[in-house]
Order: sequence, then structure tokens, then C-alpha cells
Amino acid sequence: MSSRLRFVAAIGSWLTLWLWPVRVALESDMAAHMTIQVPLLIGIGVFLATGVRSREPHWLADADWLGIPGIVMVVLGTSFWMLPRALDGAVADPLVDAAKFLSLPLLVGLPLGLSWRRMPPLGRAFIWANFIPKLGAIGGLYLAAPTRLCAYYRLDQQAVAGWTLIVLAVVLGTLSFIAAFVGWPARGLRQLSPAAPSIRFPRPYPGR
Amino acid sequence: MMTRGFLPLLAIVAATGIAALAWETDGFRVVTSAGARQLSIERTPRLLPDVRLVDQDGHAFSLSSYEGRPVLVDFIYTRCPTLCGVLGDDFHGVLQLMSGAGAGAQIDLLSISFDPQNDDREALQLYGDRYGAKAPRWRIATLADARDLAALMQSFGVVVIPDGMGGFIHNSAVYLVDARGRLARILDPDSPPQLFADASRVSLP
Repeated sequence: MSSRLRFVAAIGSWLTLWLWPVRVALESDMAAHMTIQVPLLIGIGVFLATGVRSREPHWLADADWLGIPGIVMVVLGTSFWMLPRALDGAVADPLVDAAKFLSLPLLVGLPLGLSWRRMPPLGRAFIWANFIPKLGAIGGLYLAAPTRLCAYYRLDQQAVAGWTLIVLAVVLGTLSFIAAFVGWPARGLRQLSPAAPSIRFPRPYPGR
Repeated sequence: MMTRGFLPLLAIVAATGIAALAWETDGFRVVTSAGARQLSIERTPRLLPDVRLVDQDGHAFSLSSYEGRPVLVDFIYTRCPTLCGVLGDDFHGVLQLMSGAGAGAQIDLLSISFDPQNDDREALQLYGDRYGAKAPRWRIATLADARDLAALMQSFGVVVIPDGMGGFIHNSAVYLVDARGRLARILDPDSPPQLFADASRVSLP
């Protein structure tokens, strides 16, 4: 796919998610908001990165040494939008929602797509292996909380969101375990697993 | 080797990100919107709109008529099967504690229904009877004009969402309006003694 086509596809899917019925449908449920809309917005940014990678300014690629600033940005950005208060704000206020729609692709997805390739394999494994139990722990917290954490979501929705996160953590954890220990036959999945010994790095570490 | 722009970029990214997190959590103290509001009210008490209400006896009054004495407010709807019962029991408990305490420790109670369409005078009366509420000490009231509802909910920060079964889900908080008619504290409905103690402490001049 040409980089122009990728750019158009990214903008198109971004606008589709912003469309009123789609936005309301995904945000009216806590689990859909957290495990469908937010990951899709991040995914759009990652996809955008594949299109603009060739045009990334040299100084930026240089300064993003081993992908460290980029991945720090990703961790902080995802932490922000994991706060119940931020989710509430996105439902209550279209301006906060607009901030979410801009920051998740541009400040989380895009740096993730650009920095991931620059990260050393152990660094990728560290981030990935931290992310999975974090999902499960947050899911467990949602189930354990006796009260609602979000003013705009019901307690039963919170429980469904909690279970969804736990199931996601178990599935991702199992797949990653298999990929890390025995490798994965499928090429796409092998790329998902940072610790798989068979992974190939398209570019040498920058900064040389 | 570390590259030249690395440390400045990392510093900018980390500082901006941590500042954003600190801002959104009021300095890492709250993670929920309810917690944030509780903290903000505690710091700066808020003025409330002077809406007209009608109580279980059909008596009309305005919110400002409480000025000069503190009042504990909760939000209910009389068909509520769950939470409002807890709130009702809490106020009932506060009422009993007050009758045990001296005359100086009197606090008015006000339960406002956010469902003026369904909660007529009879419904309010039934709800009041269930918990032994007697006006004017404990008024069960709703808005005289349903158009004031949005403004009132907004000023108290009450969020009401449908529960998917014809009812509502709403904040489970008790609101303390001080003698100057300002929303001064958002209290957790933990237990009547706690509620009574919090209210008495805040309402001291």
C-alpha cells in the first residue's frame, strides 16, 4: 500500500470512529470504550506510522534513542486515558473526547509505531510483559471495586469491562508465552512477540 | 552511544506526561470524577441556583429558604429499588441521632427527587412515610418546575443515567449545604454517625 493510501485509510477510519452514531455506540459501554475504541485509535496511529516512517525527520529519529522517549510517551499516554476520570470526561464533554481522539493516535499510536522498531528486543519484551499483567490487574480492580469508578457507567458495565480486560490479559499472555518459548509458525504473530528469537529487525539501532 | 537530542526529548516527554497525569489526578490524589469533585468543593464551596421545590405536604419553598442553617441534601427517585433505600436509611439514622443530641445540633434534611414526572405529592409522601420523614425537619421534595432540573443537577454535580430497566442510576453521595447556602461538602453515605459528625463539624461557624 502506498504511503498516501495508508494516510487516507488512517484518516478515514479516524473520521468513522468520530461519527456520532459510532462514537456513541462505542462510548455507551465501558468495555467497548476501553477495549475497542481506545485500541482502535491507538492502532490508527500505529498504522499512520507505517505511512510516515520514511518521512520522519532525521533529528527526531536520532533523538528517539533506542525508542526510549517514544515508549515513555506511550506508557504515560495510555496511563492517562486509563484513569476513570479521563474516561468520564470523554463521555461528558465533547472537547475532552476530541482531546482523546487526537492524543491517542498522535501521542500514543504514532510514537509506538515509530519507536518500536528502534527498541532492543529485551526492551520490547519488558514493555510487552509489563503491559499484559497491568491489563489483568486493572480488570481485577474493576471487579473488586464495590462502587462505580465512572459516573457514566453502571456497576454491571464495570464488571463486564473488568472481565473483558482479564480475558484479554489471559489470551495475550498465553499467546505471548507460546511465542516467546516455542516460537510461532505464523509470521504475523511472530512479529507480535518481542521475545521470539526468530524476530528480525528491519533497521539497525539508530544513533550510530 | 547516547544521541545528542535524546536527553532533551526524553525530558520534555516525561515532564509533559507526568504534568498531565498530575493535573488529571489533582496531584495524584484522585482517579475518579466523583473524587475530583469532592476535593474541588471542599476547597471552594459553590453557589447553588435558587430553585423552587414542592415537598411531601404540597408546601412550596425555595432552596434559599434554608439560608442561615446547614442542610444535608440527597438525591432520590421514589421508585428506586436500591440506592435510595440506603440513602433513606442514612437520613433516618441521622434524624434519630439528632433527637438524642441537644437542641443546638439540629440539621435540616432534604431529599430531592430528580424524577418530577413520576414523583407527585403522593409518591413523595409514601417515600417519606417509609423512613419517618416529617416536613419541615426532613423534606421529601421535587422541583416545582421540571425545567430547573438540569441546572440543579449540574450545580450539585449529580449524574443520572438510565439503568436499562426503567429506573435510574445516580451518585450515592450526601451533599452538605452550609448556612450561607453554598454547597460546602460532598460526603460519602458511610454511616449515619459519620454523616452526622461530618455535618456537625462543617456546620460549626
